[in-house]
Amino acid sequence: MSHLVLEALGKSYGAVVAVEGLDLAVERGEFVSLLGPSGCGKTTTLQMIAGFVPLDRGRILLDGGDLAAVAPNRRGLGIVFQSYALFPHMTVAENIAFGLEMRGVGRAEREKRTLEAMALVGLKGFAERYPRRMSGGQQQRVALARALVIKPALLLLDEPLSNLDAKLREEMQGELRQIQRSVGTTTILVTHDQHEAMALSDRIVLMNQGRVEQIGAPDAVYGRPSSAFVANFLGKTNMLKGSGDGAGRVLIDGFAIALPGAGPGPVALAVRPERLVLAAPGAPGFGGRIAGRVFQGSYWLLTIESAAGPLTVMRGNDGTAVPAEGEAVSLSFAPGDAALLADGGAS
Amino acid sequence: MSLAVTDRSAPYWLTAPGLLVFLGLVIVPLGMTALLSFYDWGQYKGIVPAFTLKNWAEIATDSYFFEVFLRTFRIAILVTLATILIGVPEAYILNRMSPGWRSVCMLVVIGPLLVSVVARTLGWALLLGSTGLVNQGLMALGLIGTPLEFMFTETGVVIALTHVLVPFMILSVWASLQRLDPQIENAAMSLGAGWLTIWRRVILPQIVPGVLSGSIIVFALAASAFASPAIIGGRRLKVAATLAYDEFLNTLNWPLGAAVATLLLVALVAIIVGSNRLIERRYAQVFE
Repeated sequence: MSHLVLEALGKSYGAVVAVEGLDLAVERGEFVSLLGPSGCGKTTTLQMIAGFVPLDRGRILLDGGDLAAVAPNRRGLGIVFQSYALFPHMTVAENIAFGLEMRGVGRAEREKRTLEAMALVGLKGFAERYPRRMSGGQQQRVALARALVIKPALLLLDEPLSNLDAKLREEMQGELRQIQRSVGTTTILVTHDQHEAMALSDRIVLMNQGRVEQIGAPDAVYGRPSSAFVANFLGKTNMLKGSGDGAGRVLIDGFAIALPGAGPGPVALAVRPERLVLAAPGAPGFGGRIAGRVFQGSYWLLTIESAAGPLTVMRGNDGTAVPAEGEAVSLSFAPGDAALLADGGAS
Repeated sequence: MSLAVTDRSAPYWLTAPGLLVFLGLVIVPLGMTALLSFYDWGQYKGIVPAFTLKNWAEIATDSYFFEVFLRTFRIAILVTLATILIGVPEAYILNRMSPGWRSVCMLVVIGPLLVSVVARTLGWALLLGSTGLVNQGLMALGLIGTPLEFMFTETGVVIALTHVLVPFMILSVWASLQRLDPQIENAAMSLGAGWLTIWRRVILPQIVPGVLSGSIIVFALAASAFASPAIIGGRRLKVAATLAYDEFLNTLNWPLGAAVATLLLVALVAIIVGSNRLIERRYAQVFE
C-alpha cells in the first residue's frame, strides 16, 4: 500500500470542474510535484489533501485510512504557504513552537525541538526575531521549520518559492531538496514553474484543466511527453509532422525513422531542440535551411525552415563552425529522442 | 515637468486656506472658550471679564460635577465595551462574506450614520419608552411584569450610543482584518489549532490595534455625545456635554459651562494620547 493514495478525486465549483478523476499513489519519502498552468486544479488538489476544501468525489487515503474523514486541524500535515502565513505577532521561536504547543508538548521538549528545527533550516540565532524583520528567504525557512517541527505525515508545499528572486529561488531549491531527503518526509509540491518541478521532484504530475496529463520521473516526462500539451509546457520542443507507413516507420521528407506504434497516415512527433542533429546537406536526414541564429554563450540557438516545419535547434558551443544564415543543412534525430504524440499534435 | 515646484514656499501657500479655516473655526473658538472659563459671572451682573479661578474651584469641590463626569466616562466605557463585543465579530463576518453581500451589509452597517442623530435617537425613545415596542414585546412574552426603565437611564443612553457608534468600531476592525494574511487561519489550523484557539492566539492579537483605535474613536465620541444623552437621558441624567449646554443656555452661566467643556476636552485628549502611546509601545511589531 502506498503512503498516500488519491482515488478518482474530483471537485467542482458550480458548473466549473476544478479537478476530475485524479488518481495518484505516492510512496513514503517520495517528492512529488503537481505541475501545471494556473487553473489546472493543482492548488485545489493540495487544499483537498490539507482539508481546507472538501472533496466532492473520490477518496484520499493516508496509510490506508480515510483522510477526508479527519478534521483539518487533526490531520497532522505540515504546510508551507505561498505567502508563508507566518504569525506576525510571534517571534520565530514562537511561530515554530506553535504546532508543538497545540500538541501539548512540554516546554523543555518544545524548546529542544524548536532549536533543532531552526538548525535544520539554517536559522540559528534568529529565535527572538519577528518575521517582518526578516528577508523573504528567511521567512520561507521559518515557514518550513514550522511545518517540519511537528514531524508531519506529509509535507505540502504550495508554490513555496514563487515569492523569491531567481537567484535565491535556485539556492532554496537545492536546500529544500536536501532538507526533504534528510528528514525523509513524503512531500507534495504545487508549482507552475517547470524548472522547480524538474529540479526538486522524484515524480511530476502534469495537470491541465483539472485532469492529469502525465505522471512520471522528470527526465521521463521531459524526454517522452505523451501529448503536445506536456511537450510544450515542459521545456521547449519541436513539433514535427510526418507520415506513418503502417510498418512502424515514420517518413519525413524521405528520412525514415523507426517508431513502433506509429499508425499509418499523418503523425506528430516531439523532438527537443538539443536532440536535433545538424549535418552537411546530403547526409542522411531531412532538408532544411538556417533562417536565423542567436549566440547564447554556451550554445547557439538556430531557427530552421525545414520540410517538417519551422524548427528550433540548440547546438552546443563546441568550438566547431556553425552554419551561417541561409545555409542548407540536413537534420536528423535518433529514434529514442522522438516522442509520438497521442493527440496528433492538437493543442 | 513644467509644473515642478521650485518655490519652497509653495506648500505653505497651498495649505494656508485649510490652515486658516482650521485656525479660525477650531483653534480660536477653543482658545476663547478656555479663556472664558476664567471669567467671573453673577446672577445679576452677567459675565465679567475679570480673571478668577471660581469656576474651576466650583467644579473641583462640588461633588455634583464629579458625579456627572464619572457618569460620562462610565457611559463612554460601557459603550466602548459594547461596540467591541458587537463590532469585532460583525467585522469578522463581514470580512468573510462574498464581495456582493459584503457591500450590501456594509451599507446596513453604515446606515445609522446616514440618519440624522435626532431622528435616530427619537426612534430609540419610541422603542425604549415604558409603552414602547421593547417593553410591550417583553411584557407580551411574559418575560417581565412591569416595564423596564430605559428612558432617562444610563442603560438607555448606552443602548442608543452603541447603535450610533458601532459602525466606527466595525470599520476600524475591518481595516485591520484586511491586513491579515488570508492563509493565516489555514496555517494555524494545519498546525492543530481549533477555531477558538485560532481566534484567541492568531486573529485577536493581530487585530488588537484596530480594536484599540476603534475604541479611541468610540470612547471620544461617546464621552462628548450630546443629542442621544439629551433625548434619552433627559434633564435628570446629565453628562458633561448636556451639563455644559445647560450652563450656557439655561443658567446662562457661560464661564462655568466653558470650564466644564474645557475640562471634558482636556480629559479626553489626555486619555486618547495616553492610551495611544501605550498601544503603540505594546503592539509595535503589529503596527509596522
